[in-house]
Amino acid sequence: MTKKTNASKTPGALSRRSLLAGGGALVVGFSMADAFAQAPSAPGAAPAAPPLPGALRGAPMIDSWIRIDAAGKVTVFTGKVEIGQGIKTALIQVAAEQLSVPVSSITLVTADTARTPGEGYTAGSQSMQDSGTAIMHASAQAREILIKVAAEKLGADVASLKAEGGSVVAPDGRKLGYGELVAGDVLKVRAEPGATSKLVRHADYKVMGTSMPRVDIPAKVTGGAAFIQDFRPDGMLHARVVRPPSYGAKLESVDTASIEKLPGVRSVIRDGNFLAVVTAREFQAVKAMEKLAAAAKWSERETMPEQASFYSWLKQQDKRAITIRDDKGPAGQPVKTLEAEYHRPYHMHGSIGPACGVAQFKDGEMTVWACSQGMFPLRAAIAELVKLPPPKVRCIHLEGPGCYGHNGADDAAADAAYIAFKLPGAPVRVQWMRHDEHLWEPYGAGMAMRVKASLDSEGMLTGWDYDVFTDAHSTRPGGAGSTLVGQAIENAFKLPPPQPIPQLNGSGDRNIIPPYKVANLKLVHNFQPHMKLRVSALRGLGAYSNVFAIESFMDELAAAAGADPVAFRLKHLTDPRAIDVVKLTADKFGWKAGAVTGAGVGRGQGIAYSRYKSTAGYCAVAVEVDVDRETGRVRLIRAVSAADSGTVVNPDGIKNQIEGGIIQAASWTLHEAVQFDRTRVLSRDWSRYPILRANETFESVEIHVIDRPGTPFLGTGESSQGPAGAAIANAVFNATGKRMRALPYTPARVKEAIGV
Amino acid sequence: MAKLEINGNAVNVDAEPDTPLLYVLRDDLKMNGAKFGCGLGQCGACTVLVDGKAAFSCVVPVSVLEGRKITTIEGLGTIEKPGPVQRAFIEEQAAQCGYCTAGLVMRTEALLKATRQPSEAQIRDGLSPNLCRCGTYNRVIKAVQRAAQYMRTASAEAGSDKT
Amino acid sequence: MRTIIGIIVAVAALAGLGGVFVSRPSIAPIERPQASTFPAEAVKAGASLAAVGNCITCHTKDSGAPFAGGRAIETPFGRIYATNITPDPVTGIGRWSEPAFGRAMREGVARDGRHLYPAFPYDHMAKTSDADIKSVYAFLMTRTATPAPTPANELGFPYSSRSLVAFWKLLYHDRSPFKPQAAQSAEWNRGAYLVEGLAHCGSCHTPRNAMGAEDPSKPYAGADVQGWTAPALGATSDAAVPWTADRLYDYLRKGRSPQHGVAAGPMAPVVRNLAGVSDADIKAIATYVASIAGAPSAMRQAQATQAIARAKGEGAPSRNAPSGPGAAIYAGACAQCHGEAGRAPLDPALNLALSTSVRAGSPNNLVRVILSGIQQADNAPGPHMPGFATVLDDKQTADLVAYVRASFTDRPAFAGVDGAARRAR
Ligand code: FES
Ligand code: FES
Repeated sequence: MTKKTNASKTPGALSRRSLLAGGGALVVGFSMADAFAQAPSAPGAAPAAPPLPGALRGAPMIDSWIRIDAAGKVTVFTGKVEIGQGIKTALIQVAAEQLSVPVSSITLVTADTARTPGEGYTAGSQSMQDSGTAIMHASAQAREILIKVAAEKLGADVASLKAEGGSVVAPDGRKLGYGELVAGDVLKVRAEPGATSKLVRHADYKVMGTSMPRVDIPAKVTGGAAFIQDFRPDGMLHARVVRPPSYGAKLESVDTASIEKLPGVRSVIRDGNFLAVVTAREFQAVKAMEKLAAAAKWSERETMPEQASFYSWLKQQDKRAITIRDDKGPAGQPVKTLEAEYHRPYHMHGSIGPACGVAQFKDGEMTVWACSQGMFPLRAAIAELVKLPPPKVRCIHLEGPGCYGHNGADDAAADAAYIAFKLPGAPVRVQWMRHDEHLWEPYGAGMAMRVKASLDSEGMLTGWDYDVFTDAHSTRPGGAGSTLVGQAIENAFKLPPPQPIPQLNGSGDRNIIPPYKVANLKLVHNFQPHMKLRVSALRGLGAYSNVFAIESFMDELAAAAGADPVAFRLKHLTDPRAIDVVKLTADKFGWKAGAVTGAGVGRGQGIAYSRYKSTAGYCAVAVEVDVDRETGRVRLIRAVSAADSGTVVNPDGIKNQIEGGIIQAASWTLHEAVQFDRTRVLSRDWSRYPILRANETFESVEIHVIDRPGTPFLGTGESSQGPAGAAIANAVFNATGKRMRALPYTPARVKEAIGV
Repeated sequence: MAKLEINGNAVNVDAEPDTPLLYVLRDDLKMNGAKFGCGLGQCGACTVLVDGKAAFSCVVPVSVLEGRKITTIEGLGTIEKPGPVQRAFIEEQAAQCGYCTAGLVMRTEALLKATRQPSEAQIRDGLSPNLCRCGTYNRVIKAVQRAAQYMRTASAEAGSDKT
Repeated sequence: MRTIIGIIVAVAALAGLGGVFVSRPSIAPIERPQASTFPAEAVKAGASLAAVGNCITCHTKDSGAPFAGGRAIETPFGRIYATNITPDPVTGIGRWSEPAFGRAMREGVARDGRHLYPAFPYDHMAKTSDADIKSVYAFLMTRTATPAPTPANELGFPYSSRSLVAFWKLLYHDRSPFKPQAAQSAEWNRGAYLVEGLAHCGSCHTPRNAMGAEDPSKPYAGADVQGWTAPALGATSDAAVPWTADRLYDYLRKGRSPQHGVAAGPMAPVVRNLAGVSDADIKAIATYVASIAGAPSAMRQAQATQAIARAKGEGAPSRNAPSGPGAAIYAGACAQCHGEAGRAPLDPALNLALSTSVRAGSPNNLVRVILSGIQQADNAPGPHMPGFATVLDDKQTADLVAYVRASFTDRPAFAGVDGAARRAR
């Protein structure tokens, strides 16, 4: 095997057939290494030697990922974190498969700045591409190294030995446990994918590719310590923060003396606009916080635009117009031109548990336990905040409630660290209240999408002109200035001006590229970092709303062309994997081509497709709804989805993610919009920001996973939300004949669209 | 001092009478099952049973609980020996982040105590005081159906033992 | 009461003998008119009028098709099922001509001549103009036809006899059309027309006599309905702060008035339906209803000033809680949202010092809300409150109610809280 072969391969070119037809295990292993090496998470680089696959690039030593002790216990390290996506389970599966050890012998350590590789944020559905790929290669290589050591010890030929259940076994039955083979630094070697990492062949998978029950669920349903909220180091104090009533409010005065006298109060902290109380017991903190909040006098001002005219305000702001694509090509004569504008309001992450962070400052060192997505960037921010050198700060991830992006978790951790810094010694736990999370988490930005497209006489797209107007979609990493406490204290840190994230990831322009064949394509991202409301990354960033707009508009075009929505899409798709998910979805759904559009009432069907980030998971969703003509209530009947996430590690894990994404997107689509007036955000709890409840969910959700063995992991966590939202929109159109271009589809708005 | 009966055990807790049960469970008794989600009775993350009925422990002061039987998820089974509802949730993999899950398990327990064979509509309505942000509702509904099955089989077996 | 029933039985028997009251002539069925034959303008106007009339609420059963009937209406005389008023030709009103529909609205007589029970408030509907009846007809005839037979009413003798209804009408049914009052503004008159007519506010807010008719001597004096108390709208109102047209408008538009309370119980759907009604009509309704109580007396004004002070935690009586078991319950269960001094700094739930239910003569509504909470239909944004029925027993509920009454009002303790709690469960 040579590097030349390697370089000549193209990503994704490996089909199941070529795998099966391939020569020996070595060939397969190498070829797979190749496919994974070119995973799209590693754009840009073109070094002489092929880049290491996945996150090995940042941490190329095998023992950064895999360690085995003398008793044969395996510890796997990842810089990623579990945020409810089931990544722990999938990574354990990968390691168990490639190391040939039982799943139960593996301990997985997630992001900890003192122990694990740094992998930035757990975001963008990239955990499998990054960490999964690294662990797969590292495990395979570790296994081969151990076989080699065993061969020496046993005086046997390497080729005659095999790894099995945590031991290396010789043909004559002699056996050496991994624990006996790891002496010295045998795993302290650089990763050499393809040379020594012989990946287990897909056909031989025992653990990968099968649905393994999630490792974290049993504790979560039996009262085990599973979340940061359950972490109670000895001597821990409880803190609550009193945040301002609105953006930009200034603390004019507060009488802390009366609060200091309340039962259990250890300290009241005031620094600039930062106000917190620390107590011995938790409910004492709640009560003291309430009194402190009542004692605080703030001056507030109008900082936000009028909600009623938000979208026109948005489009009028100064903007940086970034042209994403400007393609010109031969096309048919346009005979019909359509134009439309779509709107999405601000959305919350709305984690069921408000943010929590614990920190201890002792002997000049800060330890922070946090549930945010990136321990390494958090360390940098906290080091800056409390002015310690980064090595003096350690950030350890503990699981939190579902995070879906940049929510309050980093802020709560920073709150805790700041308070702990002022009160050295005891661990300090900051638990946000519901209103803290609702009012202060960074939202997913409101967006307007304007699109114009033309059809020729054959009903084919000839041109597509698309503008997205939106705020920043990520304010990370940003350092201390991106934390609320950093912005609030007397010597405040400034949030650096946010930057758009370049394609192909994109930010507000994520998924701006229509997946369809169209010769003349003009795509512009109008980036407006005004940030009147606090914003940052929310699951999928711009993808959900761009797909909502693109796929709604494709439906409008199909209607204009007199074509069935499925047929119209298939006519414009070229990627065979895209065609497969659309066809499979339509087929399993029982799509009725040409079903009447706009009966004005009752049932409707809708379909939508996207490939997340144009480079990651493929997903199509078809939905059936029932629209009540009198009330405008949209009842969700069925959702059917097909997803292709590349090589499948845990099929049920993928199903769970796709299903969850569909249901969450249904909530966004039907209910959600952050309410605000010129001064305050009004959505302070669930009563002002309702989300989908159990009695509103689909009657059934059915997911079909297409396995593409040997192809790169594509990630799953965010791929279903765009198509799910758009499929609901299209189904409502199909049922009512009315196209609604503004989210959410509340009964009142649907009723308004339907008319009497 | 509050006298409580939790999962069949008498416990004395040194807590002010107005302290919501949730804080006593989590902070004083170091129990993990009931979760803080809103503190407002809106989300159900803190659901426990009081005399067999579902209650939001975040808005139940301990002063009203004297002489009442409190059941938390810790009382339904253990990780080694999960109870029927817990088992059903594990088998249906009815969780993503799992933060809402304990509350949903308790809501299910209450529902199945009141209605042995709930219709799907009853399940959906019965679960609806509890929120899940990750989108597990459909799996949870399946878990409830499975748990109902387990409970019926269990009581059928218990019944046949007697005869 | 016994004598009244005696009379009724006697009259019913008589009526049965004579047959005069048994029924009215049938009006010939028609072919179901095509939806397209109704002018869009009429349908639209009818939609708004039907919303004022709250028709959909009674004529739709839980998770049933809109207007297809089947909802059970509990009356002191038994259970009456609302009819199917979709244009289904067999089970609905698809074969009713406009005159047949108009007769039902004005006279409470079905197309086939049967008398309708006054659970259908034709005593109010009769005030509706011909043009508006035409519009409502157009609206209903263009709904989705849903076949759904109406279950038979469950009424014991003598109430099961429809001839009794004829007699009832003789006594209580005023068929005269609405007469505007020249001295009042157009807005007031519009409000009066809607309130006395289609909106049939008196059906709930005016007490009824033993025969189930509204007592004309006590208009809008408040009454018990479906277990709730419809508060008095007149001068005897329990509101801490007198209603004004503006406040009423706000309440009817948003379902919530910070100075009074939240639309709960049977009032919740009324407000929900008003969403489809123009601002002008809601203002008119608010203007008229505000006028029912007249300008507040100096005493009422003084009370209001006091209540507002109390709400802010100033003035007497102090909001310092009387101690006792209710105080701890309030602090642990209610204060998170309703606040005690210092809690819930931003936009708290209703300030109880201003709550009409807390000040009311009967603890009924307060107890009901405590036990069942408030949930918005269709999970819409709006006030939300958990119910406490599973955790508070009757005694604890009474403790809480006593505490709330004592700390947020200057009114004497409620009587009969236990009973109210038992009934509300
Ligand atoms: S935490 Fe109790 S209901 Fe949300
Ligand atoms: S599983 Fe995450 S909130 Fe339900």
